[in-house]
Amino acid sequence: MNEGLRESLRAGAQLALAGLAAAALLAGTWALTRERIADAEQRAKLQALEIVLPANRYDNDPIADAVQVRAPAWLGSESATVSRARLAGQPSALVLDVVAPDGYAGPIRLLVAVAADGSVLGVRVTAHQETPGLGDDIEAGRSDWITRFTGRALGDPPAPRWRVQRDGGDFPQFAGATLTPRAVVAAVRRTLQFVARHGEAVRAAEPGATLSFDDAPVADDAP
Amino acid sequence: MTAPTPRAILEYGLSSGNVGLVQLLGLCPLLAVSNNAVNALGLGLATVLALTATNTAVAGIRRLTRRDVRIPAFILVIAAVVTSIELAMRAWLPALHAVLGLFIPLIVTNCALMGRAEAFASRHDPARAALDGFATGLGFLWVLLALGAVRELVGEGSLFAGAGHLLGLPGLELAAAGYPGFVPAVLPIGAFLALAGLVALRQGWRLRRTGATS
Repeated sequence: MNEGLRESLRAGAQLALAGLAAAALLAGTWALTRERIADAEQRAKLQALEIVLPANRYDNDPIADAVQVRAPAWLGSESATVSRARLAGQPSALVLDVVAPDGYAGPIRLLVAVAADGSVLGVRVTAHQETPGLGDDIEAGRSDWITRFTGRALGDPPAPRWRVQRDGGDFPQFAGATLTPRAVVAAVRRTLQFVARHGEAVRAAEPGATLSFDDAPVADDAP
Repeated sequence: MTAPTPRAILEYGLSSGNVGLVQLLGLCPLLAVSNNAVNALGLGLATVLALTATNTAVAGIRRLTRRDVRIPAFILVIAAVVTSIELAMRAWLPALHAVLGLFIPLIVTNCALMGRAEAFASRHDPARAALDGFATGLGFLWVLLALGAVRELVGEGSLFAGAGHLLGLPGLELAAAGYPGFVPAVLPIGAFLALAGLVALRQGWRLRRTGATS
């Protein structure tokens, strides 16, 4: 074997060893942290859920009783998780993980809880990149704007007023930021329309199922 | 080559060779995560841990790796160590991990890590390398924390807001009631201005100390 080849092989063997050591370290850390990470993620999901979903509304495990919904025209993402809350075996609410795709600085993620009667139980923003000080009043920690949806439903206010005030609706915008609240109002409204149209199918599906809906909301009140 | 004294290593990392203020390395995390003191402290501590661990590991394998494959070997080590830190953070500080998110894996790309691995750790014993990593990390941490504190104070009128929720240290939180806030401070422009101010301050201090007049 010539010298050059031997050198290359030795270098390769060293790199392989370094790779092996790195892999061993990662495998060890993963084994140590895996359960705690799963626990922490489960807890975080439950905490988020508890904020929009009053505790007296369910007695099942809504996270375990979830389905995936592919309805991009309604819920804004390729696949949305819908957790199903039940009380004494009866469907009591749906918690939808929806996206308002048209925020000022990219998509805004929302958690929307809709009661069986079609009214909003609660809405929270879970992730956004809106401008600090202008658009971030959609965060519950910054203003109570997001609580204005609670108790509302399709028809309350009437369809033409399910908009920000700037567009002739009932929901106030923020000084200097209209696009952000406009996107959130539209996303919540689409979510309610989705539940009205497809809620039955979502409630009836097996836990863990994936449902696809290719239709889109109708622009019933185009200006 | 004579080995530097621990004192010299600390001084270099914290001041004369500070990655943030003097070398201007790792600016991406420095500018992006210094929007408040808690984020800054979280990322700073993670960076100290990562730098100390990677420097020690690199010094440990420095005699085993040939010159021509040392860079990829160091990259493997750094990536593995940082990923381990990220996993630990997800397990024990999930709320902070959710906020810092992408910036934890991005510690891998902080030039300070590769820079110290190559410039220092690959030429010195593990003890000195660990100290150098710690000092460099601490130097990065204090600049990050100073920026974060200034930007949060000016921008929101608070200090360490969210420390209870994110770090489990509610005792740190301070807030000035009724402060109207100054948004630009927490926007990217505030980061650049605050860093420029800090660099200028340090420069002024250095010039005065060395007696230079112009």
